[in-house]
Amino acid sequence: MSTLESTAPSRATNRNQRLWMYATMVQSRHFEALVKVAYLEGKQPLFNMAKGPIPGEMHLSDGQEPCAVGVCAHLRPGDAVTATHRPHHIAIAKGVDLKAMAAEIFGKKAGLSGGRGGHMHLFDPAVNFACSGIVAQGLGPAVGSALAAKLRDASDIAVAFLGEGAANQGAFHEALNLAAVWQAPVVFVIEDNAYGISVAKRDCTAVESNAIRAAGYGMPGVHVPGNDADRILAAAGEAVARARAGGGPTLIEIETTRLEGHFMGDAEGYRPAGEVEALKARDPIPAYRARLLAEGFEAEALDRAAGAAIAEVDAAFVFARRADYPAPEEVFEHVFAGEGASQ
Amino acid sequence: MTTATTTTRRLTIAKAMSEALAQEMARDPSVLVMGEDIGKLGGVFGATQGLLDRFGPERVRDTPISETAFMGAAVGLAASGMRPVAELMFVDFFGVCMDAIYNLAAKQNYFSGGKVSCPMVIMTSVGGGYGDGGQHSQCLYATFAHLPGLKVVIPSNARDAKGLMLSAIRDDNPVVFMFHKALQGMGWLGTVQRSITDVPEADYTTPIGVAAVVREGTDVTLVGLGLTVHLALDAAAALAKTGVSAEVVDLRTVSPLDRATIRASAAKTGRLVVIDDDYMSFGVSAEVIATVCEHGGARLRSPPMRIAYPDIPVPFTPVMEHFVLPNAEKVVAAVQAMLEAAP
Ligand SMILES: Cc1ncc(C[n+]2csc(CCOP(=O)(O)OP(=O)(O)O)c2C)c(N)n1
Ligand SMILES: [Mg+2]
Repeated sequence: MSTLESTAPSRATNRNQRLWMYATMVQSRHFEALVKVAYLEGKQPLFNMAKGPIPGEMHLSDGQEPCAVGVCAHLRPGDAVTATHRPHHIAIAKGVDLKAMAAEIFGKKAGLSGGRGGHMHLFDPAVNFACSGIVAQGLGPAVGSALAAKLRDASDIAVAFLGEGAANQGAFHEALNLAAVWQAPVVFVIEDNAYGISVAKRDCTAVESNAIRAAGYGMPGVHVPGNDADRILAAAGEAVARARAGGGPTLIEIETTRLEGHFMGDAEGYRPAGEVEALKARDPIPAYRARLLAEGFEAEALDRAAGAAIAEVDAAFVFARRADYPAPEEVFEHVFAGEGASQ
Repeated sequence: MTTATTTTRRLTIAKAMSEALAQEMARDPSVLVMGEDIGKLGGVFGATQGLLDRFGPERVRDTPISETAFMGAAVGLAASGMRPVAELMFVDFFGVCMDAIYNLAAKQNYFSGGKVSCPMVIMTSVGGGYGDGGQHSQCLYATFAHLPGLKVVIPSNARDAKGLMLSAIRDDNPVVFMFHKALQGMGWLGTVQRSITDVPEADYTTPIGVAAVVREGTDVTLVGLGLTVHLALDAAAALAKTGVSAEVVDLRTVSPLDRATIRASAAKTGRLVVIDDDYMSFGVSAEVIATVCEHGGARLRSPPMRIAYPDIPVPFTPVMEHFVLPNAEKVVAAVQAMLEAAP
């Protein structure tokens, strides 16, 4: 099967869906803004990753919000999503509980996993969301979730998000082949932000577009340029519908942008001068707002939706900051299912 | 060890590693370095700084995120007369490339009846304590040391780091060179200052398979490796104030283990505490204790003790992680309890 250039109209019709996409992108960006503030606390003037209320690596999703909302707009709570080390925008678009997610990132007892997981290991079974920190690790599990839905005769599907760097992992190629052989209802979504840490895609990938790799596995491959929520919505709509109808897997490659460093504290010396500024000038959220306004959405409606979304994030962070830390002894719980402490 | 008479400078382990690599690349054209972000970025943990500029992209290769492929390629390079140094960014990522490591590299010399050796170095970061979650904080010393055919080293200071790296590259066997993130000397992560040492500019080797007594004492032997050497030294300093004289052994090499040095020290002091930040069970600490006890070994005055990371995944939240990580206070308390029970 050949690569399809997504030709879907850039003007989607569903007004509520697009309002939701806008508000959710704003919500995600605001979430990351508050993560940034908290992350830098205790790390100034000397940056030390081990310090502050949120230690460890922090991978922000600024610029990649269209990928999350365009795909998740089609998903139901029963659909499984696996995401990566850069998971916040996808978790938010999938409907992960904001308070519990923020609390997890602060390492609190009220967090999704009681503080055991942290920002790269968010699990919310209520909406079938999971993410993890090894590159390309989520693809196999997504194929499994998709097969489970098929065996249950449900119309649920699975979506695996990955970066363009992950498309060079063996796990990517094996999962695509397996999904095709099993005709599993799964959609693979590549967020191509042009970099894997410091290494540019063009310096480590044998093909210009990862979408063409789908042909090697007998599934449609769709390339979506422009970091455009509406075009992503359209492409994902086709792929999700095909999966639900028993038509098997699809690979979608989205050109997106990473507006921050690979992780917070990244000096980004590997990026050409002016690149980040140029990308920020094409920030997808203000661009989307401008389009909606031009198409007749009222500013007031947009502001109201965005304001409510922001308020939810603010409340989640107030909750997370006030929440208690777990008791240290709780570290021994949950090593095995069906048991409390292991020691 | 070759004695170096030339100038010394104070270097971090990161700088000592990149200096060793540069010196050996200049001396031996068969040495090349590859891995993720080791070129332009100079390694996420700074182990390859300056190498790309000096030796160019043929010998300093940024790889795709394809550990399965490049670790296998390292084996092939080694079988073809080259001396590859491959960086696995975090030891936690070994899952995607272990086959090449333990079923090819480790066994090639044996299976070929000594005809095809595998002179390669795998350098990889280990350790937690900075809130990076359970897929970025493991040590896994024992996982590698358990496998015949692999040598495993870990320096506790910059001087040993350079000498061990030069030994590792020149060794005709696969050597896993581990470096602890808490000792690496990266600006963005705290570093135990004692790991930054004088390092001779000259060429010298630190032999593989030879431990070092880094502090002499008479009452108890504290055995550590990498970071835990520093915990042992801190504990020894605190114990000295209470009139207890602790000897500290830095393993430097995990496999092959320097059993003679361990036995000699334990025989001298009659008490043994092993400090290990890897999972406790089936680990380095057990091997050290077995070394002392088996074959009618040293008669200890007290049962030996191990202070290790318990058998649970590494949690994100610092209140839990620091509760279970070894530290100097735990070592002091263990020694005091040991002395009280059997003075
Ligand atoms: C198997 C494995 N190798 C390397 C890493 C280190 N690492 C974390 S993120 C990353 C880059 C990933 O690039 P990409 O897939 O494009 O995702 P992005 O970070 O751009 O979102 C790397 C190399 C890892 N986590 N797992
Ligand atoms: Mg990327």
